[in-house]
Parts: sequence; C-alpha cells; structure tokens
Amino acid sequence: MNGTRLRRRLVSAAAVGFCVLSVVLALVPLGFILFFVLKEGLPALTFDFLTRLPKPVGEQGGGMGNAIVGSSILIALAGLIAVPIGIVSGIHLAEFRAGRLATVVRFAADVLNGVPSIVIGIFAYSIAVMPFSRFSALAGGVALGIMMIPIIVRTTEELLNLVPPSLRDGALALGATRARAVFSVILPAALPGILTGVLVALARIAGETAPLLFTAFNNRFWSARLNQPIASLTVQVYTYAISPYDDWHRQAWAGATVLIGAVLLFSLLARTAIRRLERMHHA
Amino acid sequence: MNEISIAPKPKTRRPGVPAAEEPMIEIDRLCLSYGDKPALKGISMRIAKNRVTAFIGPSGCGKSSLLRCLNRMNDLIDGVRITGAIRIAGTDIQGPAVDVTHLRKRVGMVFQKSNPFPKSIYDNVAYGPRILGVRSRSEIETQVESSLRSAALWDEVRDRLYESALRLSGGQQQRLCIARALAVEPEVLLMDEPCSALDPIATAKIEELMDELKVRYTIVVVTHNMQQAARASDYTGFLLLGELIEFKDTPALFTTPVDRRTEDYITGRFG
Repeated sequence: MNGTRLRRRLVSAAAVGFCVLSVVLALVPLGFILFFVLKEGLPALTFDFLTRLPKPVGEQGGGMGNAIVGSSILIALAGLIAVPIGIVSGIHLAEFRAGRLATVVRFAADVLNGVPSIVIGIFAYSIAVMPFSRFSALAGGVALGIMMIPIIVRTTEELLNLVPPSLRDGALALGATRARAVFSVILPAALPGILTGVLVALARIAGETAPLLFTAFNNRFWSARLNQPIASLTVQVYTYAISPYDDWHRQAWAGATVLIGAVLLFSLLARTAIRRLERMHHA
Repeated sequence: MNEISIAPKPKTRRPGVPAAEEPMIEIDRLCLSYGDKPALKGISMRIAKNRVTAFIGPSGCGKSSLLRCLNRMNDLIDGVRITGAIRIAGTDIQGPAVDVTHLRKRVGMVFQKSNPFPKSIYDNVAYGPRILGVRSRSEIETQVESSLRSAALWDEVRDRLYESALRLSGGQQQRLCIARALAVEPEVLLMDEPCSALDPIATAKIEELMDELKVRYTIVVVTHNMQQAARASDYTGFLLLGELIEFKDTPALFTTPVDRRTEDYITGRFG
C-alpha cells in the first residue's frame, strides 16, 4: 500500500518536473532574444531615432522615422488586401465544406502557407513590380498580403466551424436566407476569434524582410506614396546589420527593439479590444 | 407554485376526433427517408387550428423528422427524400415554387436546446422583424416588447434588454427563443422537445405558456415526456418506427388507447 503511494508520488513528481523543464526550454530562446535585443537596442533608442531620417554613412545620429512610418503603411496595405480575401475564402470553405472548389482552395491555402517568403517576394515582383518597372509600397503590400491570406483563410474556416450548428438552425427557422444567417449570426459569433487570427497574421508579417527586398525595396527619405519605393524597419535593420559600421549596428539593434515593442504593444491593445468584444457578445 | 398533476386539465379541451375541428395542417401520406433508411412511412393526419398537438413516441420513431417537415428544416440535410403532401392553411408547402424562407416565417420553431444568438436580449427578439425588413425603431421596439410579454419574459428582462442573452438562465433562454419565434408573427409554432433541458419549474412555465399561446397560434410539440403531453396538449399522436399508430384527443389517448402498442408505451412497458 505504502509502496504504491510512494511510487505514484515519484512518477507524478517526475512528470511535473519534465513539464516544467520543457516549458523552461521553450521559453529560454524567447528570453534570450528579448534580453539581447533590449540590451543592445535600448541605449540607441532615442527620440531622434524614432523621428529622424537616416544620416549618410560616417555621420553620427539620424534615425528610422521613415522606416517606422513605412512599415506601418506596408502592414496596413497587407491587411487591407488579405483580410477581405481571407475572410471571404474562409467563409466559403466553412459553408461549402465538401465542394470541389473548397477542396482546391483549402489545398492551395495550405501550400501557400508553406511557400518560402522569398518566393512570394519574387512572385510579387513579377506581378506588381515588373509591369510598372518600379519598386513600390503597393508591391510590398501585395507580397505581405499574399503571406497573410492562407493564415486568415484557415483561421476563419476553423472558427466558423466551431460555431454551434444550432445557431444556424435558429436563424434559418426564423426565415433567414443562408447568406443572412452567415453574415448576421455565424460570422459575428466567430468574430473575436477571427480577429485574433488576423492579429497573429499581422504580427507574423510585420517581421518579414525577404518579400520586401525586391518589392517595396527601401527609401532613405520620407515617403508615403504607394507607387514609390518605401522604407521598412525590417529591410532597414537588415541593411544596417550587414553593414561594416558600428553606428549602423547600434541602429539596427534599436530598430529591432522598436519592431518587437510595436508588435507586442499592438497585440496587447488588440487583445484587450477583442476581449471587450467577446464579453459583449458572450456571457 | 402550481401543483403539477399528471391528469389532463379538462377545462380547455374539447372531446372528439381532430377531424371535427378546423384543420390548420393537413398531412397526406407523407414518407421521408434519409438515404435508404426510411424514417416516416406514410403519415396522414390533420392538425387542428389553435390547439396544442403533441407527438410522442420512443427515440428514433420519427417524431422530430415529422416536425421538421412542417417548416422544411429537413431540406438542410443531405440525402433526404420526401414524398406525399403537406398543406398548411390550404397551401402545399412541398412544391418547388414555395419560398422556404417565407414558409419559415409562417411556421416558427423552438428547438430542444435553447439557441439564443450571442447578441443582446433585444437583438435576439428583433432579429426576425429585421429580416422581414422592418426598419422603424419604434415598430421594432413595440414588437420586441409584445413578443417578450407573450413569452412571459418581459417582467424578468425589461431592465436588462441590452445584456447578452447568454446570461439568462436555461428556462429564460428557452422563453427568449419562443419570444424570438413569436416576433415574426407566425401562424404555427413548432416545438421540438422544448423542455427536455429544463427543470420542473421552468417546464411548468413553458407549458403554461403553450396554453396561453394557442389562442393565437397553432402549436405542435414533440416531447419525450408523456406527462407533458398529457398536461399540455389537446391532441396527441403516438408514433412508432415511422408510423402514426394512434392519434386522437389527449384524454382519450391516455385513458382509453385502442392500439396495444400505444397502451404498452404509455404504461411504460417499452420505449
């Protein structure tokens, strides 16, 4: 009797210990990344850095103000392109689960999700840069948007499938058409989850560099024009990080800090908003 | 609280077979199969206007399938084949020319598990009128209030109309679903085991409600609970394996069943 109890305790302690160890191992890289980025980046993170244009090589100071604005524009463009397409496709997948088109779209989304971002960059280059012979913010938005689409499609589909079928029956039994039931009951019920999915997708593409290299390119000046090359934090960090100048290295760290901080802040704000939405609709 | 008695209340009931009343729904040799599996085998019956008609029978006997034929909710299931005729207030509801959404506005439905939308109480009830294209705020407000009153829920929710419907108790949620169905002003109200998830007090409230609502609506209720059929309905049909075994006024069915199988079922010998 006592022996069994001791054995159970030991096994339980071992299992819990293993779980704790796994969590620690998973969190260590995150901790290190945050630690190094903040350690290297914070000293160079000045008000000027956030608001000024980059200075030419050899001159001290300057900042990434234009890249911060540029990244915001690129992310907004990507969202504008990907959110409508992704949500509508997700609705199609959820509504016509077994349809032939749905099967094709689902497969395509999964394949697209696995395509390397540099390849998506090349694709965007061929459809949005070559025809106009010009790098542009719009082309960068297209590249990032293409990366977002599959994530949004599959999250939307999964979350719509989680809405209880009884809600659909309820709407239909009141004389709603199928489309009406989807847009007035099922989609709103799944909305908080879908928005979380959009958020994850936005955070993911915010850190992309490769698709921007030959679409949005880069720009050392203030520019908000969509048909012109535009700066972005990621490309700027990349350029500075591989440069041979110590000052640029420091600025690259600061850029990375801004990127991580912005994604974190944005996620927190959006999550609070989504929680509020959830509380409004659900008990 | 009212004492819940098993014996049917005599005051509102009329003796006689359903045919003596004005029919609201006429079902003629209705057959339904899911793929190759027959679920209803030639059901013919007339359901009286402004009465409560109950379908009883063991699980899988086809009573829910029969109910869902009346607002064509079976259309949503793949592989369903239906033959025979159903007329509601004289018009055939099976024809290809029938607008299903229009039919469902005339024939409301309350489900086994209450299914309020994750919206406010007000928006739940206003959903139907809004589908119907009512735009005027005051008109919707009037409709919401009168529907909630009809469902005996108004006094409990009048101060919290803009709270989430999901915060209501189970019994309140079910009455909200009734109010939501009434807001479309249907002629027929279908109830698919409306009390199976409710406690006895909430059940008594819904049964009371059915008795009040039949003045304006024709009510068809499916129930697993024979006492409920006995208490709350005017006519009762007993279904077994897709056939309508016996259908007559409720007191007669429960006191003097003619068919042996009916007697076995209501006395609890099987099912």
